[in-house]
Amino acid sequence: MNRLTIAGLIIVAILVLLAIFAPWIAPYDVGLTNLSIRYLPPSSTHWFGTDSTGRDIFSRVVFGARISLQVGIVVVFVSAIIGTILGAIAGYYGGWIDRIVSGYVFNIFLAFPGLLLAIAMVAFLGAGLNKLILALCIIGWVGYARLIRGQVLKVREYDFVQAARALGASDARILFVHILPNAIQPLIVQASLGMAGAVLSEASLSFLGLGVPPPAPSWGVMIEEARDLSTLQAAPHALIFPGIAIALTVLAFNFIGDGLREYLDPKQRAR
Amino acid sequence: MRTTFRYRILGLLRRLLILLLVAWTVVSLVTILIELVPGDPAVAVLGEQATPEQFAQFRQKHGLNRPPFFFSFPRDDNDQRHFVWHGVDNRYVDYWRSLLHGDMGLSFRNDQPVRSLILERYPATIELAIVALLVAVVIAIPLGVIAGTHRGTLIDNAASVLALLGISLPSFVIGPMLVYVFAVKLGWLAPSGRFDWSDIILPAVTLGAALSAILTRMVRSSVIEELGEDYVRTARAKGLSERTVVYKHVLKNGLIPVVTILGLQLGVLLAGAIITEKIFGWPGLGLLLVEDGIGKRDYRVVQGCVLVISMTYIIANLLTDIVYRWLDPRIRVS
Repeated sequence: MNRLTIAGLIIVAILVLLAIFAPWIAPYDVGLTNLSIRYLPPSSTHWFGTDSTGRDIFSRVVFGARISLQVGIVVVFVSAIIGTILGAIAGYYGGWIDRIVSGYVFNIFLAFPGLLLAIAMVAFLGAGLNKLILALCIIGWVGYARLIRGQVLKVREYDFVQAARALGASDARILFVHILPNAIQPLIVQASLGMAGAVLSEASLSFLGLGVPPPAPSWGVMIEEARDLSTLQAAPHALIFPGIAIALTVLAFNFIGDGLREYLDPKQRAR
Repeated sequence: MRTTFRYRILGLLRRLLILLLVAWTVVSLVTILIELVPGDPAVAVLGEQATPEQFAQFRQKHGLNRPPFFFSFPRDDNDQRHFVWHGVDNRYVDYWRSLLHGDMGLSFRNDQPVRSLILERYPATIELAIVALLVAVVIAIPLGVIAGTHRGTLIDNAASVLALLGISLPSFVIGPMLVYVFAVKLGWLAPSGRFDWSDIILPAVTLGAALSAILTRMVRSSVIEELGEDYVRTARAKGLSERTVVYKHVLKNGLIPVVTILGLQLGVLLAGAIITEKIFGWPGLGLLLVEDGIGKRDYRVVQGCVLVISMTYIIANLLTDIVYRWLDPRIRVS
């Protein structure tokens, strides 16, 4: 494992700890406004300073990790399961099922900018955490399905699968016991990159006012609140800290994904 | 030769067929999604205190009193659902019919045709996307080439770090940071709006940053790969200057994968423009979608914007595919 992957793992471990122990780590109430201490620069009492309504930015960033990871984990988990099932079925059975799923459905989803689809869905359904997660799952599953379909197409031809078939194993048994365990490795890479994507999408939609509604300490919401000119002038740190949090999170998951890809692909490892 | 030609035509026809299917799906999605709006659009637009006559008039004007689809399952007086067939006299067909006449309906808010609202904003978005693309290319190609030809040096590492920053920092962080530096602190550029030619600089850099980072990495690895090819050794052996070798031979071949990415990224830029336009108050389609459409619950405008942005994206991808085939003879044959 290279150094960047290890750095990614450490950052993610810290994020997970922050998210789990947020109520104990955050020194202040995330919703507590106090106009007499607005725009405070970073100090020993307020590590990351305070925002335009005097809320403690450090506490909000810590709780923001909760929202980001929660969205990321649910979205990756659900879309990976849906994608794996559909991709495996398309790859295993081939024929008209495959033609519909990979010829039509994949093309539709790939022909559409994912973010736009999510925006459109949230626009019609209304904003909120659950709808945001639903929208991200709907745009997210295709990547996994495509990956697994390709893998299944490859593994299906291996000798041990032919052997299982000759022994009279059922389709379900061949698919779930013999093919999938041997096809699923690259999914981990995709899932790690998917975490980065989901965290970024959540922040983007929340920034646009289409995700988690404002008092919640989503990093996207914090940036949206910090970007008006008077706040920017008086407290640029209100923008910078949640910005760094997003960048580090996205970077960490990308590092892990790249590292895993290298690790799983012996050809790249040798280089 | 003739068979290759036939394959190319067949491939293109297949792409066109998929394009039509995609277009059909997109239109169906935006017409059907509007039915999912929680509550009544008329109430959302007019407010609770409007009179029944106002509601009736609003529904009449926008066709909302007509059945939404070919069939529906309305509740009867006993709260039971029944299957009702409406035939072609429905909103879905209405929308298609008017769309084929180039009509996207009237705005729920100010009765203006959605088509003219979109046409008014469209040039600003295209302008932004193209300038962002240019910014990305102008930064990425020299940076990538220098990094690739000076592998492992300080310049290469600096380019890598810069690219990493561009990829990991989302536009809604870069944008306000640029506003802080160039508008608030230095006062060189306006923080928002589209009045002066210089107003496009910050939005274009913001929108192009991620793309330029991706391109820099691609150009770098492409250059490194091509430098190892035999033709480079031949060119050097002929006594060509390193400059000619890099810029005439290596870059020409190394740019092929870059062009594909460019076309695909043009669509990503269009979607990204939604966020960038919001940051800088840039009066394009994205701002129309987010502020006038979603913000004021003008669902007709939302439909139109989603439709136009996705169609632009789809067509940009198709054009990329054609250019890509034309550029690389290897793909042309297979």
